[in-house]
Amino acid sequence: MSTATTPLATDAALGGATVEFRSLRRKFGATTALDGLDLTVRPGELLALLGPSGCGKTTALRILAGFETHDSGEVLVDGEDITRVPAHRRDAGMVFQSYSLFPHLTAADNVAFGLRMRGVGKAERLRRAQELLELVGLPQRAAHYPHQMSGGQQQRIALARALALQPRVLLLDEPLSALDAKVRLVLREEIRRLQQELGITTLFVTHDQEEALSMADRVAVLRAGRLEQCAAPSELYSRPATAFVAEFVGTMSRLPCTRTADGHVEVLGRRHPVDGTLPADGPLHVLVRPEHVRLAPAAEGPALVVAAAFLGAVTRLTVRLPDGTEVKSDLPTEAATTLPLGSPATLTLPDRPVLVDRAPTPHP
Amino acid sequence: MAQLISRLRLWRGAVLLLAGLYFLVPMAASVWFSVDDVDGISFDAYTGLLSAPGFTDSLVLTLELAAVTVVVLLLLLVPAMIAVRLGAPRLRPVLEVVCTLPLVVPPVALTAGLIGVLRWGPDHLMDTPFFQTFVFVQQPEFPLVLVVAYVLMALPLAHRALDSGLRAVDVRTLVEAARNCGASWPRAVLSVVVPNLRGALLNAAFLTLALVLGEFTTASILGYQPFAVWIYSVGNSRGQMSVAVSVLSLLITWVLLLLLAAAGRERRHKTATA
Repeated sequence: MSTATTPLATDAALGGATVEFRSLRRKFGATTALDGLDLTVRPGELLALLGPSGCGKTTALRILAGFETHDSGEVLVDGEDITRVPAHRRDAGMVFQSYSLFPHLTAADNVAFGLRMRGVGKAERLRRAQELLELVGLPQRAAHYPHQMSGGQQQRIALARALALQPRVLLLDEPLSALDAKVRLVLREEIRRLQQELGITTLFVTHDQEEALSMADRVAVLRAGRLEQCAAPSELYSRPATAFVAEFVGTMSRLPCTRTADGHVEVLGRRHPVDGTLPADGPLHVLVRPEHVRLAPAAEGPALVVAAAFLGAVTRLTVRLPDGTEVKSDLPTEAATTLPLGSPATLTLPDRPVLVDRAPTPHP
Repeated sequence: MAQLISRLRLWRGAVLLLAGLYFLVPMAASVWFSVDDVDGISFDAYTGLLSAPGFTDSLVLTLELAAVTVVVLLLLLVPAMIAVRLGAPRLRPVLEVVCTLPLVVPPVALTAGLIGVLRWGPDHLMDTPFFQTFVFVQQPEFPLVLVVAYVLMALPLAHRALDSGLRAVDVRTLVEAARNCGASWPRAVLSVVVPNLRGALLNAAFLTLALVLGEFTTASILGYQPFAVWIYSVGNSRGQMSVAVSVLSLLITWVLLLLLAAAGRERRHKTATA
């Protein structure tokens, strides 16, 4: 992709609009897709909507694009309610998961399609299309048809097409999920760079947490149509607001614990302050990330190493406690060699507040 | 293994030869019959065609009927199928059954039904537009009633052709992408969906054309004389000419088929070399 700043990239027409979802509700039959979603996308930021399948992230995006209607609530762009604005007048460029280029048109014609719909003259259309193709690094593919291009190239053309009308909002509906891993990595960096260069407000739907955390300014985690937490990636990872977010973003292990009289919890024989609120009753679990669990070889240690996964600089060991609980721990790969499979170990948690959740009810 | 492959090739050749003979022998016999003369070979049956009474009229009428049938059928079916696909996918099986129904109604039964409808009309309605419409659709210069019948008969064929074309493209996403680019609903369908159905539209048009060119029962019973009926009537008095017309009719069909294939090839070539 071109690194040169094009006239389009410096065009002041592009830039940030504020998008607000207010108490947005949408039901499909008995299924609730959105259950009072409240979310604001700040001008010029890339906000990722992250969540498991069926959490309502795509529905929210499609409502903003005008392809779905909502039962109640409001969708505002720069303070204006766009509920009654038809999809073709919403001024929102969208990149779809399935490329969605028009098969009968060349790359240049695909990019220029929106300009043609707006009645822009042919010469101007072609000039702008060429400019956008340069922006996405594919000026030599102008005369190629979609079937003559790779998936990555098609998605870049789709991105150029979405940007052609200089939209107020860019919508990305899992645009990388159909691509292979290597292309995905390259393209996500390029999309991010382009988004920052143009300063366009972008809503990015994905179920891939790595993608969301690496690309977005903020990540909104959705669950069953509701917003669980919206925060910067680092905050989301280090200070998850709920157990769901903690377990959905990154890896978490659960350890049984007991509450103490002073409002702390006791786990592995040590007292820990609680991060957030302590559930009032019922059995409790402490949630810990693998990098926070310390393991050390010990002949009389209660834990037993049962699995090891090499991840490059670190190795993720899984240890089993006498009560059957399994806990993951990341160790530098060199240190992990001192704990081969089947070896006993001691396990400690850092002296810091821990996230506590109710123990899940066992399935009958 | 090599022996097996050569044996398979032998069988393939034999099957192709038999199939070729099955089609070519009757055609060759027809051509031979149409040019055979006591003095040797004569093309009188072909040269006399143009001057034969009713030839041009029946051929023109048939082509006109075919053109109008194709237009009416596509105007009815394409928007309906796209609308069902986009707005009510659950109705797809219903539309499919409705479009397939004419297959199980024999043309004779369909025509009998049409006659029943056309004959109905109490005298006191004679001066009403309703009655006049019945009269208008039966005018011999251009019997619109035949278009109605042909549209019904061609419905299953055209539906199949269009359905396979629509299955090959992601209509919903294409329309959404077009709308996202600023195209209104009708414009999205016309600018994006229809061009990608080109092959299916041509197939549907060709199948309808072939059906109308060869349709005999309904036209004959209703008392009109398009090409197929004319060939039959000529066959009663001038056998050689009727076979010559049949051969010509076959050639016309082939030419249309070749044009269709050429259009498809041109499209593929254009996209491959772009």
